[in-house]
Order: sequence, then C-alpha cells, then structure tokens
Amino acid sequence: MSARYLPYILIFPVTLFLCLFFLYPFVLVAQQAFTTGAGFTLENFHDVTGHWKFPISLKNTLYLAAAVVPVQLALALLMATMVNGMGKGRDLVLYIWTIPLGISDLAAGIIWLAIFEQSGFLNSMMSGLGVIDRPANLMNYQNPGLIFLAIALAEIWRATAIMLVILVAGIGLIPKEYYEAAEVFGASPWKRFLRITLPLLRPSLSTALVLRVILAFEIFAVVQALGGTLFPVLMGETYKYQFELLNGGGAAAIALIILGISIAFTLLIMRLLRVPKGATI
Amino acid sequence: MGHRQPLGRGAIKGANVIAEIQIKNIAKHFGDYQALNNINLTIDDQEFMVLLGASGCGKSTLLRIIAGLETADEGEVWIGGRRIDHLSPKDRGIAMVFQNYAVFPHLTVFENIGFGLRMQKLANEVVTRRVERTAELMHIEQLLKRYSGELSGGQRQRVAVARALAMEPDVILMDEPLSNLDALLRMEMRAELKGVLAQSKTTTIYVTHDQVEAMSMADRISVMHEGRIVQATTPVEVYRNPAERFVASFIGNPPMNFIPAAAQGNGKWKVAGQMFDGPNTDIKSLEFAIRPEDIAPAKIGLTVTVKVIEPLGPHLLVTCDIAGALFRAVLDSDLKINPGETITLAPQPDRIRWFNRQSTKAVV
Repeated sequence: MSARYLPYILIFPVTLFLCLFFLYPFVLVAQQAFTTGAGFTLENFHDVTGHWKFPISLKNTLYLAAAVVPVQLALALLMATMVNGMGKGRDLVLYIWTIPLGISDLAAGIIWLAIFEQSGFLNSMMSGLGVIDRPANLMNYQNPGLIFLAIALAEIWRATAIMLVILVAGIGLIPKEYYEAAEVFGASPWKRFLRITLPLLRPSLSTALVLRVILAFEIFAVVQALGGTLFPVLMGETYKYQFELLNGGGAAAIALIILGISIAFTLLIMRLLRVPKGATI
Repeated sequence: MGHRQPLGRGAIKGANVIAEIQIKNIAKHFGDYQALNNINLTIDDQEFMVLLGASGCGKSTLLRIIAGLETADEGEVWIGGRRIDHLSPKDRGIAMVFQNYAVFPHLTVFENIGFGLRMQKLANEVVTRRVERTAELMHIEQLLKRYSGELSGGQRQRVAVARALAMEPDVILMDEPLSNLDALLRMEMRAELKGVLAQSKTTTIYVTHDQVEAMSMADRISVMHEGRIVQATTPVEVYRNPAERFVASFIGNPPMNFIPAAAQGNGKWKVAGQMFDGPNTDIKSLEFAIRPEDIAPAKIGLTVTVKVIEPLGPHLLVTCDIAGALFRAVLDSDLKINPGETITLAPQPDRIRWFNRQSTKAVV
C-alpha cells in the first residue's frame, strides 16, 4: 500500500462516522429549518424570531455568556497559574478542581437549586442565624437578578474546570527558560504573566474560549433547574418548539440561529487571538 | 565598527562602574545531593572567566546563583563591592545568554533585543537606538522585523547575545551559549563573541563543557569538578601545570598519559623500568604524567609497543602499550613506524608532571 494514501485510509472511518452521524443530521435539520412543506422558505425563522420570547431568550443567553465566560477565563487562568507553580500535591489539587466536570449539568443545576430554594441551605442558614424570620422563596419572578446570579454561579462552578484543564496543559508547554530570561531582563511576575504567559498561551486560550463560548450559548439544563420558565434561553426555546409545540421547523430554525452565533463568536475569538504571521508559538 | 564608541557600561539601575565579582563560601544542596561545596572565586573587572567542567559539576548552578535564578544555601555574591545575592535578578546589573537562547517566539527580533530596555521603561528613541546599535554589532540589523521561528540557530544565538549586550550590563553571564551550534559555526561565533565582549569591556562569566572553547576564549579558566573549583588560572597554566590529576585528564585532547612511578630515593623515580628525576619527597609512589605532544622518539626513553596509528594530517596519533597500560603520543607524520613495532619514546623533561596517587594533587 502506498504510504501516500495511508493517512487518508486511516482517517476514513472517523470521517465516515462524522458524515453519517453529524453532517447528515445537520443537513436534515437545515432542510427542516428552511422548508414548511412548500419548498424553500424563511417562514420558520420569521416565526421564531417574531415570537415575543425570542428577544428575551437571545438577550438572556448573551448576557449569561458575557457574565460567565470572562469570570471563568480569569478564574481558570488564576487556577492554572497556581497549579503550575505547585510541586507536591499538584495532581491532587487538579483532580479536586476538576470534580465538577464529572457532574452532569442538570445535576449541577439541582445542586445549586438545593442551595437557593425555599427549603434550601441558604434559607436554612439565614433563618438559623436570625437574618430572616422565616424561609422565603427567593427564586421567583420578583428576583430576576437572583435567578441570573444563581445560574451564573452554577455555570461558573460547573464549567470552569474545562478551561482550567486546557490552560494547565498549555502553560505546561511553555519552556521555563522564557520565564527565566524574562526575569533576568527585569520582568516582574505580573509582567511575566502579561508578556510571556498570555501571548504564548494564545493557542490554548483560543481553544478554551471557543469551547466555552459555544457551550455557553448551548446552556439549557442548569437554566431549566434554576430558572424554569422564568428565565428563557435559546436552547430552552428550541426544546419547547420541538417537544411542547411539536414544531420541528421552528426548533431547527433556532438551532441554526444558535449555530450561527457560535460560528460568529468562534471566528471573532480566533481572529482576536491569532498568532502574528511568522511568529511560531 | 571602528568609528563607534564601545558599548557604555553601568546603564542598568543600581549598577557599578567597577564590576569585580566576589563569590564567597557558596554552597548549594539539592536534597541530599551537594551541588556546590564552599566555592570561593574572585573575577576581576572586565575579565573573561570560563567555568569549565563536565555535566553535573555544578558550573551551571553557580552561574544561576550569580544570576539570581537559584538561591545558594550558604555564602555571598558581591559585584563591584555590593552584596547582591539577596537582590532580584533585575537589580544585580547582569544580563544572561541562555543555552537554548530563550529568544521569545512571539516577539520580533527588535522586541526581543529591546525586551530588557522596555522593562526599564526607557523612552522609545533610546530603545530604538540601543537595539539598532547592538543589532549592528552582532550583524543582525537586517533581521530586526523577523520572528525567532524564521531564524537559523546561529541567528537566534546572535539575537540572544544582542539582547544581553543591549542592557549594557556590568556582567554578562553565558550558559553554554554555543553548544547548540554546529562545529563550524561554533568556531566562527567563538572568535566573534570574544571580540565583541572584549570591545564591550564587560565582565563575563562563561559556562562551558568544551575545553577548546574555554582555552580559546578565557582570560582565566575555573575548572570545576564535583561541586568545587579545582583550579582557577590562565588557560596556559591550566594546561601546563594542572593542579590536580582531574584537571590534567580533563583538559587536553588526546588526554595526558599517566604512568605509576616508584620512589628510588633522592628525587629519583622508576617509571616503566626507566629512571626519571622527579620531586624529592617522602611519598613512596606517585603518578608520572606527560602530554602526548611532549613526547618524541629517542635513543633512550620509555620502551613502548605501537598498537594503533591514526594519521591526523599534520601529526600521527600513536596509541601504544606500556607495561599493560595505554600510552598516547602525537608524533611527526613523516615518522615511519608500523603497528606491533617496539619503539623508544622520550618525554620532554621540563614537561613532566607528578601527581600524588592518594590526594591526586600535583607534586612539585
């Protein structure tokens, strides 16, 4: 067998798998989004974007991503730097910090609901301390800010570790000599972080951010658990169209809108974090 | 570059004009391993000092302690009459060239050379002027806009040196800077570095395991072995009068010959059946040592059996057997000898050295 064709032969099975189970369904979804039985149409898109809940869902989704991802990025960078500076116990700390990764997002939502609900830990603690007279239902329509905060906290708690893992691996790849050179030439720890770690971490940062931003636009279960119908998001609307309104075309249209937003942000992140031409990182 | 002033010195904040380095009683452990043991060394202002030794001898650790990248367990480091071992690297008036260059891959050559200057928050014009001047000095002025990934190993090396020179430091520390270059380039850079550093009048500490590099560049060589400095003196002195057997065996290629010698009284020593004049001491047995190139065929001398002859162009490297031990001689290439022959070789009397077999120190 010619060595020239071997790589292509070896990647053929996975290509076939992806075409069969991702590309084909995607084409079907796209087809569904752009048809109503009478050929090509944008009617599904008009329908879903015209609904009064759509702007709210879009706004909620974007606000949530805007609130959660930067905090996660900062935390993940801080944690990765700390882990990287550790000698003994480094792996143990890393394992503990990544525990939330092993919990499903619905379970994570329920855990945080157990804290915030009327008979939850927060209420029990506050009444135990005498801060409030009796447990109150905090998670209602009168406290939209608190619902937002609870969802954001749950997401930060649940999904920071995925960025952490990527950044820890990325920081580990930066040769120590660069830090030593920077130190000898007068860079303080903060300057070394800004001038060495961040630029050399660009490929990992880009991967971590793209992954996190896409996942942030797909937020669903945590919101269902903590906000329910009080806090509509795009993915929740997709679910509603598909399973409650039994409108497959509408669900497909929203799914494509989410995809479009994800692609746009992916391109933006890759553009912002691109490595200058000629530089090798 | 004759029309230019030599690079100025003392530009680093807190720097000194006379950059004499004093290393006092430095010791360093890594766990149970004693990396450095009671190191004392004075390096004169503007001197080119080479720390020479095999890997693991502690030379890089000593350099890193001077740089401030490593902390000594004991001892002090002084530069220009100022104790600096408690200061951070940037306040020591040093610059460093790393073995793998550590040229930042995300910055252009210009920004690499100017990195330290930018950290000092110097004005843009000053940075540009100094970067351009050092780049010119290192012949890389046409590369300033490139990234490290677009450079050859030799060019990267030049950037690393330029980055250090641009700081106009009191002391430049070099950690095996040429070890990653191929042989020809290394020879070229050796001469160039020596010239540039002499011109900059900067005190230099240069770590290497390459004795040729050490011999050719150094004002003085500190030979290190197992965490201590065995001998610190001029290259010729290190070569001619090694203080210990280790120095004698480490420096010189092919290495020095050693033959056991038995005392015959009154400064007479019996070496492989032959009598030699040697030190008049009470010690009963010494080692007789002679460099391969200090041996010539003669009527009277050591009788050896030729085993292998390697023509090296100008010379023959002849490996012989003497009383069951190896004995090497560098002989004239016109000499007609064959393997298996028995010949007589006479050591040049003033080049014979003697070592104590217990302490391994030289005996005069």
